[in-house]
Amino acid sequence: MDNILEVLKFINNLMAFVFDEIGKFITGLLGKGPGTELVLMILAAIGLITFGAVTMMALTWFERKIVARIQDRIGPNQAGPFGLMLPLADGVKMLTKEDITPANADRWVYLIAPIMIAAFAMTSLAVIPFAPRVAGVNLDIGAFFYIAIGSGSTIAILMAGWGSNNKYSLLGAFRTVAQLVGYEVPMLLNVLPVIMLSGSMSLFDIIAKQTDAPGGFGLPFILFLPVSALVFLISGIAEVGRSPFDLMEAESEIVAGFHVEYSGMKFALFMMGEYVNAAVVSIMFSTFFLGGFAGPIFIPPYVWFLAKAFSIFFIFMWLRGTLPRVRVDQLVNLNWKFFVPLSIINIIVVMVMSKLFVTFPAQPGLFVVSPLVYMAIMLVSGLGLLGLALTLASRSARRERLAIAQEAAEHRVANQAFATAQTGK
Amino acid sequence: MRTDFAFVGVLLVAAFLLMGAALVAASLLRPKKPNKDKAATYECGMETVGDAWVQFRVQYYLFALVFVLFDVGGVLLFPIALAFNQLPAWTVLVISLFALTLLSSLLYAWRKGVLEWD
Repeated sequence: MDNILEVLKFINNLMAFVFDEIGKFITGLLGKGPGTELVLMILAAIGLITFGAVTMMALTWFERKIVARIQDRIGPNQAGPFGLMLPLADGVKMLTKEDITPANADRWVYLIAPIMIAAFAMTSLAVIPFAPRVAGVNLDIGAFFYIAIGSGSTIAILMAGWGSNNKYSLLGAFRTVAQLVGYEVPMLLNVLPVIMLSGSMSLFDIIAKQTDAPGGFGLPFILFLPVSALVFLISGIAEVGRSPFDLMEAESEIVAGFHVEYSGMKFALFMMGEYVNAAVVSIMFSTFFLGGFAGPIFIPPYVWFLAKAFSIFFIFMWLRGTLPRVRVDQLVNLNWKFFVPLSIINIIVVMVMSKLFVTFPAQPGLFVVSPLVYMAIMLVSGLGLLGLALTLASRSARRERLAIAQEAAEHRVANQAFATAQTGK
Repeated sequence: MRTDFAFVGVLLVAAFLLMGAALVAASLLRPKKPNKDKAATYECGMETVGDAWVQFRVQYYLFALVFVLFDVGGVLLFPIALAFNQLPAWTVLVISLFALTLLSSLLYAWRKGVLEWD
């Protein structure tokens, strides 16, 4: 029995073990010093960027396959078994395609935008916790860092749209900057309850708080904060501009939006930026609300990490395959008139609830309850709030619909009267 | 602590360099036969008229302003959230007041018609 546990422990810590050994080997080779640290950092950076690139390739294949199945097609099946070599073929194609710079473009802005979007997406990988003790870096402001670096891609998109000097590009960029970027607000407001419950912005602490470790709840935060989880997921999809919120590249209106003028490798960099951003959002959701890499011991943490991240990404693809694109006014209303007020009220509800009921006697609070009871209280209050908000929203939407119908009916009557008057004459 | 952010810097620089390297590699491999028609601005077969660098609707700007307001307000809430477990219970009132102030500014913009898109 002990032997099996030892083996399991070894398998679970394999990633940390391998990286420790590589670090030791290189330190032994070069000796201790700032130079060695720099070499290690550069190696880690290259490793993370490779992870990003491989993730992007895997996700493009996965997405094509899944969306094809949803639409009753087969999807890629020619390049290699199950079309698995398709991302590689794409890479070769992108490398050898002619690259066109429009004569009227602002050359430098046009050139730097794709590099920037991919680089910022890669930088946001720095704080991702892959397994215990395995991450680019364990920043103590990890959650905040993620939100801050996520805005970088918005600047790149504006640069691309403005630099191309194309009207479609410019419209796509404006849509991103004015409308999609607003979804960062509900995202930010819904990370706050997570930070309140965990008392730390370090992603490892947030995960530890959702496990059985001392001081932890032993339950994922999605059960404590259902409203936050839902709003974070939807606004995360909108923030990275994926369908059904992909107004910035709405094919039927503005062709391809901000990257209509890009071709070849530059286009590939935009795709890379988008896919890595989407992957990071799904990883962050699983970290904040599903307990990240934590899980029962018999499945290694890095497998949990991948399984959770891919399940969330599967939801993204599912929505893409089944939902039509939202209208501009719907997009704006959903964010500013529903998500933002709901998030602020939710923060207040969470605050009041977690001062009334606490799980640890050391914290100031009225009643001390067990984590399970606390979870039940939070879940019920969250779902109640969500139900209330949805009822209010559906009522006001109904009022609006009735008003529109009323107006149309009045028009019809007026037209009828006009027509009768004309023919009567 | 200092080395933590050093890593972020190293990663950012490495990412910029590697992505730039991808473009350089592509420029060595790809064909290069530019002509006037290829370099024309794309517009569904028509020849494009004028620049895209024009004045745009003020509504985009108003939304961006509301966004900045909430971004800054949200950032101010982060330290409060971080220290929340140690704060005495009555501070909930103060924080709620701040959050409701944010909400009231949203309601103001709403009533002023800034949030209508048509």
